[in-house]
Amino acid sequence: MTVDTVDPAEVAKFEAMAAEWWNPEGKFKPLHMLNPCRLDYITSQIAAEFGRDLAGPAPFTGLRILDIGCGGGLLSEPMARLGAEVVGADAAARNIPVARLHAEQSGLAIDYRHTTAEALAAAGERFDVVLNMEVVEHVADPLAYLTACQELLKPGGLMICSTLNRNPKSFLMAIIGAEWVMRWLPKGTHDWAKFITPDELYALIQKAGLRPVDRKGMVFNPVTWRWSLSDRDLSCNYVTASVKPQA
Amino acid sequence: MECDADILIAGGGLNGPALALALAQGGFRVTVIDARPAPARAEAGFDGRAYALAIASVRLLTAIDVWPRVADKAQPMLEIKASDGRAGEGAAPFFLHFDAAEIEEGPMGHMLEDRHLYAAFLAAMQDAPGVTLLSGETVVAQEVGPAGVTVTLASGQKLSAGLLVGCDGRGSGTAARAGIRRVGWGYGQTALVTAIRHERDHRGIAHQFFMPSGPLAILPLKGGHHSSIVWSETDANAAAIQALPDDAYLQALRPRFGDFLGEIALAGERFTYPLSLSLAERFIAPRVALVGDAAHGVHPIAGQGLNLGLRDVAALAEVLILARRRGEDAGSPAALEEYQRWRRFDATALALGMDAVNRLFSSDNPLLRLGRDLGMGMVGALPGLRRGFIRQAAGLTGELPRLLTGRPV
Repeated sequence: MTVDTVDPAEVAKFEAMAAEWWNPEGKFKPLHMLNPCRLDYITSQIAAEFGRDLAGPAPFTGLRILDIGCGGGLLSEPMARLGAEVVGADAAARNIPVARLHAEQSGLAIDYRHTTAEALAAAGERFDVVLNMEVVEHVADPLAYLTACQELLKPGGLMICSTLNRNPKSFLMAIIGAEWVMRWLPKGTHDWAKFITPDELYALIQKAGLRPVDRKGMVFNPVTWRWSLSDRDLSCNYVTASVKPQA
Repeated sequence: MECDADILIAGGGLNGPALALALAQGGFRVTVIDARPAPARAEAGFDGRAYALAIASVRLLTAIDVWPRVADKAQPMLEIKASDGRAGEGAAPFFLHFDAAEIEEGPMGHMLEDRHLYAAFLAAMQDAPGVTLLSGETVVAQEVGPAGVTVTLASGQKLSAGLLVGCDGRGSGTAARAGIRRVGWGYGQTALVTAIRHERDHRGIAHQFFMPSGPLAILPLKGGHHSSIVWSETDANAAAIQALPDDAYLQALRPRFGDFLGEIALAGERFTYPLSLSLAERFIAPRVALVGDAAHGVHPIAGQGLNLGLRDVAALAEVLILARRRGEDAGSPAALEEYQRWRRFDATALALGMDAVNRLFSSDNPLLRLGRDLGMGMVGALPGLRRGFIRQAAGLTGELPRLLTGRPV
């Protein structure tokens, strides 16, 4: 779809939705607050794995990156801005035209598709990097899903996967705190029983054929109102990096 | 949108070029729009205008390759002596004495003439591949879109970028066009500024005399026998003094200045600056950020205006460069919010703090005078408190951006 071939009323609706996705004080505020921390991890892991200098111009040139569950493009756009060739995939069809419109406004070329990891893998698509952020806790069969992610990677490719730990603290923070008290997320966004401990995730990733290489906690500081990476505290949100072995 | 630069800077004074150099170091393409024709200020002769640069400011200038160009023209400030005085009565018994030997960072700051500093900025901008300087141009309109900002120059040329930074002073057109309101007030005081030649060597000592009509600062310039003075008087007195011929001006100054440096003579042009406070209600708007006097025009006591502006420069450069390395849109609301969160409290607190200091010290009420004499004696007697004062004045307190520690982002 290109923007100029659709109904103007539809475009107005997409513009409103794009504005909503990208409003740091709006409905997606929790993602915006988390985004710099997630990007710090993603960019430094990619730079380390592929020997790129983040201070230089377009450091990710030549890398093909898949963003699964791309939403409005909060991760896809930064990857494209750093020079990568980006495919953004979302199972929710309504997100696709919204993300396309915002990328166009930002002058970025991103290939947004209404599809799933499994479908892309079956079609033979291959990537240097797969971003798998806050998705695995929402899928019905995590092992099948992670196996699809593995198939999507070229040998030597990198998967970044973040999710929520399962323990009393994460129940308190992610369900009671974020959904009930702060109302950051709609009630029912998360099913605590589907949360995965870091050790369980490592085991699943290995079973799917990848080699986990790093994991860090993402910790919210209620005083500075900021997220930061932690080597020790993986008790709630955490993020991992895994590599596909060379063939 | 297709952009002519990543970032546009309105205003080519000192903060604008400093920000441009810091951002270019971080990989941005920056265009500085300056109203003045470029060579005019760089070729200026000695006019007595000078800045008291705090240690943190010197570190920032070092990190952006400006300081090495001027280091040999700067006068280190080795001591600062502050005292409560009354013309004709001499100084009050208690002196506040700050000595560079009390803090490990070395001199408390450096005095540097405007003409040298500006010439160094101009040369550094010419050497920086990412910086374009448009001289003799002003912004007459700005239009903000979802992904950037487009400005129209007086010549009719249009430029677009991801962010517009207003370094255009307390009358900031950038702020006004963005709908940012200001609060502020005058002090009923005007600063008389000039340079003095004196018989004895100043030995790197800066003096600040708090007079009932306003403070008189004597700041040492390179060479030993010149000092820059900032002499605050009520508006009416200042106007009368400024209207005097040179010899009568000196005659009015002598009883305030005292004779501790021997014979004195005028050595530079005479300038006046009305003292007022002007705070912007916000430091940011969509695709717009304010820096320096455009955000907070302060009373120029102790030269904190430029030092405060350079703190803004360091914080904004760090926020934008880190956002860029993460692949974020550097002009996005999130990045700008972070800058405002970082700077607004510090700048406002310092502006209002200097306001209070000035009001207290400008009073002739005998009780207040006794109180501040005792207060200064106490500050002077407590080494910890005194070191705190020195470090604050040197710009070494608070959560420091990397550039203020002399390291690149």
